[in-house]
Amino acid sequence: MSAPRTAGSRTIARTLPPPDATRPRTRPPRRRRGPRRASGARWFTPWLYLLAPLALLVTFTWLPVADMVSYSFTDWDGLSPTSNWVGLANYTDLFTRPQLFQVFWVSLFYLAASAVQICAALYFATVLSFDTRLRNLFKGILFFPYLINGVAVGFVFLYFFQPGGTLDTVLHWFGAGPHLWLGNPHLVNTSLAGVSVWRFTGLNMVLFLGAIQSIPPELHEAAALDGASRWQQFRHVIAPSIRPIITLSVILAVSGSLSVFEIPFIMTGGSNNSETFVIQTIKLAFNFNKTGLASAAAVVLLLIVLLVTWLQRVLFPDERVERS
Amino acid sequence: MRRTALAATGAVLVLTLAACAGSGSGSGGSSSGTVPVPTDPSKVTGTITVLTNRTDQVQDGTTKRYAAEFAKVYPHVTVKFQGLTDYEGDVKIRMNSKNYGDVLSIPNSVPLKEYPTFFAPLGTAADLSKTYDFTDHATVGGKVYGIANIGTANGFVYNKAVWKQAGVTTWPATPQQFLDDLKAIRARTGATPYYTNYHDGWPMTNWGNALGSPSCDPAANDKLADTKEPWAPGQDLNVVDSLLFDIVHGKLSESDPDTTNWENSKALIGTGKVATMWLGSWAVVQMQDAAKKAGRNPDDIGFMPFPVQKDGHFCSVVRPDYQYAVNVHSKNKAAARAWIDWFVNKSGDAQAALSISSVKGSPLPADLKPFQDSGARFIHLTNDKTALVDEIDKASEIGINNQDYPQHIVDVARGAAGGDKDSVFKDLDAKWSQAQGTLG
Repeated sequence: MSAPRTAGSRTIARTLPPPDATRPRTRPPRRRRGPRRASGARWFTPWLYLLAPLALLVTFTWLPVADMVSYSFTDWDGLSPTSNWVGLANYTDLFTRPQLFQVFWVSLFYLAASAVQICAALYFATVLSFDTRLRNLFKGILFFPYLINGVAVGFVFLYFFQPGGTLDTVLHWFGAGPHLWLGNPHLVNTSLAGVSVWRFTGLNMVLFLGAIQSIPPELHEAAALDGASRWQQFRHVIAPSIRPIITLSVILAVSGSLSVFEIPFIMTGGSNNSETFVIQTIKLAFNFNKTGLASAAAVVLLLIVLLVTWLQRVLFPDERVERS
Repeated sequence: MRRTALAATGAVLVLTLAACAGSGSGSGGSSSGTVPVPTDPSKVTGTITVLTNRTDQVQDGTTKRYAAEFAKVYPHVTVKFQGLTDYEGDVKIRMNSKNYGDVLSIPNSVPLKEYPTFFAPLGTAADLSKTYDFTDHATVGGKVYGIANIGTANGFVYNKAVWKQAGVTTWPATPQQFLDDLKAIRARTGATPYYTNYHDGWPMTNWGNALGSPSCDPAANDKLADTKEPWAPGQDLNVVDSLLFDIVHGKLSESDPDTTNWENSKALIGTGKVATMWLGSWAVVQMQDAAKKAGRNPDDIGFMPFPVQKDGHFCSVVRPDYQYAVNVHSKNKAAARAWIDWFVNKSGDAQAALSISSVKGSPLPADLKPFQDSGARFIHLTNDKTALVDEIDKASEIGINNQDYPQHIVDVARGAAGGDKDSVFKDLDAKWSQAQGTLG
């Protein structure tokens, strides 16, 4: 749904067996030169390599998160050099105001949209994994929206949804009446979720495509020889093989739906019934100077996302797919 | 291996946390003495950085011209400008460090009581209030921390030609008359009678500035501190918000508020596609420019007061624009102070923008001439309890000067959110009095 935060760790690439595994080796393995050094002297070598990424990770992720957690126990206003320790007061405040959690209803729209998005991505990935004409062009076209800056996407769709804008014009050719896509409170979240689908389908598709392409071609050939239809190939060969990636996408989709931000913030600013939890948090922190309360809200969101992910893992454990 | 990794990262975390805590408590304002305007310009030296929200002036070279003129008086001072597009957001974050320029406009989000923490006092209230208007907006403990360059009157920017075409030539004197006039515009012209600028939001924040206009009471803002129900019938906020509600409820505004566009709105009113917008007097120049660019007569753009008369007079509240302050951590406070003094008194910036100069005794700009002729009163709100009112406002999460508050009224008025006018006002009243209770 939203941009992945763990970009590095998401593609679980399945490596093919090395092509020369069955052939006899042409060269003998090289022998180590010189005596083996004491292993103690080099224990830090891997850490040296890790230094740069770890420094970045600590500076830009863990430190801010730690700060955020510590702010959540204070009444800091985001500006004052002093702040008071208020213990759990922010959390009590948060949980005694149920209206603050009502905004999660909006997330349901985005959750439904993620389902659509994952199905669409699976469909396109499967179709494009077969020998389709112009497949690379279509891959490019489908992936392109993800490359566009989220702010630009927001502005493009503002014009798209304007009364008398592109969407209304196109619908008019088919005789459908104009709608207030962003102005109608019952339609606004659907419109925004639609933008989200447009933007992130390509990313999901590329992930699925990568996983599909790492399925050994023998399986496809065998299935084809057995007379399996395209649907059967998808159902019994492709889907089980890329299951870990699908699970991962679902987890990202759920946590993304809970923390939608960019698109509604740019397009409506959270007005007109489209406010999400993150937008609400930002408003608390920056409009009402309640940084402490907003930090608590962010911590709660983090915990909710962790909880949902954990539940998902418990309910749908990731079975190892045995392939021989 | 895993254990050492955890231990190492844990250690790093603890260290960095400790570092944070150390830096967090150390900073703070020193209550240094006031910074007077230097008496001998030739002795003032240094380089100062001015933070400004006027990126347009930085780009078109206006700031450079000012700096050059300033250098004629203060030959040993170099002035540099930093134009910030998201001024409020950027400066607020920078104020957590010591590096927020030498001269800056005070962001709206800084509460009055914290001015002494961040800014150097520029003089005593008794002294400066003789020369400048609005000093009470930045006075803490008898000292003034910021001086405004301009003040803006509030009112409706309107297209005279469109209003005339609808048969309206006199300013409406009651909200009902105003609504009737808008209806006439809708019936007799093709124009949208009123444009909310709902999507951009910030132009809507001006609705909160109408406070004081209906009652013509300079203490309107201070009274909020003790008023339990500021949205009860007859109260200023009730009158103001009712007008906004009725405009939108009567379908006298644009059809889709969610796709309004501020830049575009200038051209819309300039060409007469939109008749009216509630803004400050600062907007008149921009709308006239837009009219000129569109090949229309810039004189079509006019400015009218809030449609309520008190004892036969219209009242318009004049509020200060950004106030200029000196960073308390600045190394060149004298030069910074000299710049503020020169900019407000000598630069001619206020006159160029057709704004009300904050220097007492300055003539009113041309676009407010009709106000003067009609006998409209300009009132300056008193600021005895501003800090408390701010606190209540923040605690209640209403945000009288935030965009969400008028936006919600628009939402309810057009049926996009639940409730009606009474329930909205009741809800606001409840939040307000509850916040008053907690701060009590």
